[in-house]
Amino acid sequence: MQLVKSIAVGAALAASIGVAQADETLDAVKEKGFVQCGVSQGLPGFSNPDDQGDWTGLDVDFCRAMAAAVFNDADAVKFTPLSAKVRFTALTSGEIDVLSRNTTWTMSRDSDFGEFVGVNYYDGQGFMVPTSLGVSSALELDGAAVCTNTGTTTELNVADYFRANNLEYTVVAFEKADEVVAAYDAGRCDVYTTDRSGLAAQRTKLAAPDDHVVLPEIISKEPLGPLVRHGDSQWGDIARWTLNCMINAEEAGITSANAAEMANSDNPGIQRILGSDGDLGAKIGLDNAFCANVVTLVGNYGESYDRNVGPDTALKLERGVNALWSDGGLMYAAPQR
Amino acid sequence: MATTDQYSGGGIVNAGDLPDKPAPIRTDGAIAWMRDNLFDGVSNTLFSLVAFALVLYVLPPALGWLIFNANWSGGAEACRINPDAACWPFVGARWEQFLYGFYEKSERWRLNIILAVLALGIAWLVWEKAPARKFAALFMLSVFPVFAFIMMYGNETLGLPIVDTPQWGGFTLTLVIALSGIVASMPLGILLALGRRSKMPVVSLLSTVFIEFWRGIPLVAVLFMATIMFPLFLPAGVTFDQLLRAVIGVSLFASAYMAEVVRGGLQAIPKGQYEGAMALGLPYPKMMRLIILPQALKIVIPGIVNTFIGLFKDTTLVLIIALFDLLGIVQASIADPNWSIKSVPYTGYVFVAISFWICCYGMARYSRYLEAKLHTGHER
Repeated sequence: MQLVKSIAVGAALAASIGVAQADETLDAVKEKGFVQCGVSQGLPGFSNPDDQGDWTGLDVDFCRAMAAAVFNDADAVKFTPLSAKVRFTALTSGEIDVLSRNTTWTMSRDSDFGEFVGVNYYDGQGFMVPTSLGVSSALELDGAAVCTNTGTTTELNVADYFRANNLEYTVVAFEKADEVVAAYDAGRCDVYTTDRSGLAAQRTKLAAPDDHVVLPEIISKEPLGPLVRHGDSQWGDIARWTLNCMINAEEAGITSANAAEMANSDNPGIQRILGSDGDLGAKIGLDNAFCANVVTLVGNYGESYDRNVGPDTALKLERGVNALWSDGGLMYAAPQR
Repeated sequence: MATTDQYSGGGIVNAGDLPDKPAPIRTDGAIAWMRDNLFDGVSNTLFSLVAFALVLYVLPPALGWLIFNANWSGGAEACRINPDAACWPFVGARWEQFLYGFYEKSERWRLNIILAVLALGIAWLVWEKAPARKFAALFMLSVFPVFAFIMMYGNETLGLPIVDTPQWGGFTLTLVIALSGIVASMPLGILLALGRRSKMPVVSLLSTVFIEFWRGIPLVAVLFMATIMFPLFLPAGVTFDQLLRAVIGVSLFASAYMAEVVRGGLQAIPKGQYEGAMALGLPYPKMMRLIILPQALKIVIPGIVNTFIGLFKDTTLVLIIALFDLLGIVQASIADPNWSIKSVPYTGYVFVAISFWICCYGMARYSRYLEAKLHTGHER
């Protein structure tokens, strides 16, 4: 598998050089009438089909927001569910226009595969333990049996963390998340580690969710964000400012409910965001009201967060580091002016 | 009937038959059957007891989980309250997705028509007394695939909106891949088998290389190559339908296996059959079509159906290249946080297992039936 991976990486590199002159994604997208968006095959709260068979989730909302920005129609989007292995090939080969698939922004990916346009979720790897273990910090986990998924960076992160802190541990690894949960619930290991959003999702599957706590330590940085192909800066700008628009709208108090009314606001900052003043949209090839359309049809970042992963959903994820910077979080979008 | 003793010619003669007496308990009835079959000697008795214990140990909890304690109604909330038994409302809420995938909701009637025609066509082919069965085969192999493709993909001039292949999914996608693979691999496999046994060195060599190449690599690698490597060889902007790539890969892969099964049948035909056919002056195609292949294929029916069943189950591998066959769509559904309950993944997998088992067992039964029907007198 390692060989397949490295061949694929090399070939993807070669192909990305081949495609790199394209500056026409927006025209092509308008031509075909929809945005082709790569999402995960099923990650709770980020992209999963609901009972009606429609894709929902935080990553899916970003795709819909781009459709709203380009077409003023949040449904002018088609989803290509991608496995972790094929996601970058799909982007570089032109099968999809934007990849919004809980992809960690790293330097090597940014240079090899595409242009990250921002972060729509700050994740990080954490630990969950049964309360009966009486542990309050990961540093007390000496000698623990750790449940995790095989073949992901989580295994590597655990190894690094435990070695750096001189702790003994044994890994109990499984292929699928469901197997890991079952093993953890059956007491075959003391600790369950994966990204904290994943811990929240899997915790609901435990027999007694309240008997387990997530430890405060975060042992890796996983800024997740959407990316586009290298070489088309206009399309990159559209993706970047769609994301910034959602965050700025939340900061300015613009919601899907009040966006139309706020367009008449006296506040010049809000006017610029919603396009009732200035020509910011035209600069990236869109309607000046692109951001108003995004917020009206999809909602601002906070609305999307609350709807998909927030405290009122099954995932029950507090905003935490994903709160706006003005609320002590990390969500800080460059201003629209 | 009971008879009465009569005087007849000076002796006591019984005019009728004595009534049958029931066989002694020791040789008939349930107890005797059990003694003969289950408790026949020390080792059999031990095995039987262990087997009984296993059944008693496994069956009640399994039935309880699947049926008696299972959640049959209510939504996710009912399952959340009782997470230690199957959650059938999950399947109930999503069966349309499991069947149709992400196919456009307003266009699903098209799939229903295809499935109905397919069911009728198979019944027509399988039912012995149906009229014009030769026509049925011709129809199912030539007209039906074109019809099904146009109905499924759509055609603007006919007023059917296009539904692109990424939206295909669920059990219909499983059927598309499996049936295309089955229909394509059979003739290809026969040709390859004949090619491999050909006396023409180039044909024989090429067939052998083809078969050994496709048999020598795992299907997962074929699918990965078709998905990851193949697009990179195409010029930028040119894309080649992902589903078509997968179907071609699966078909070629299956045809290599089919070729070896058929070759086994060809080798089992005695040399005299070939010589007899040639002595009649039959040219090669006729010899194969009329004499050799009918006998050879009959012998290898179990092997052919075995390959079909394997192919049918191998279609689940397409989920790693993000095509949502039945298993793929169930796995994606499990990720819905609203259904994030302990029993839901198990229920989903059990549902997939039952669905596949029904299809595969159906094929196996039909194979047994064909074997019995074509069993024309000589044992092999």
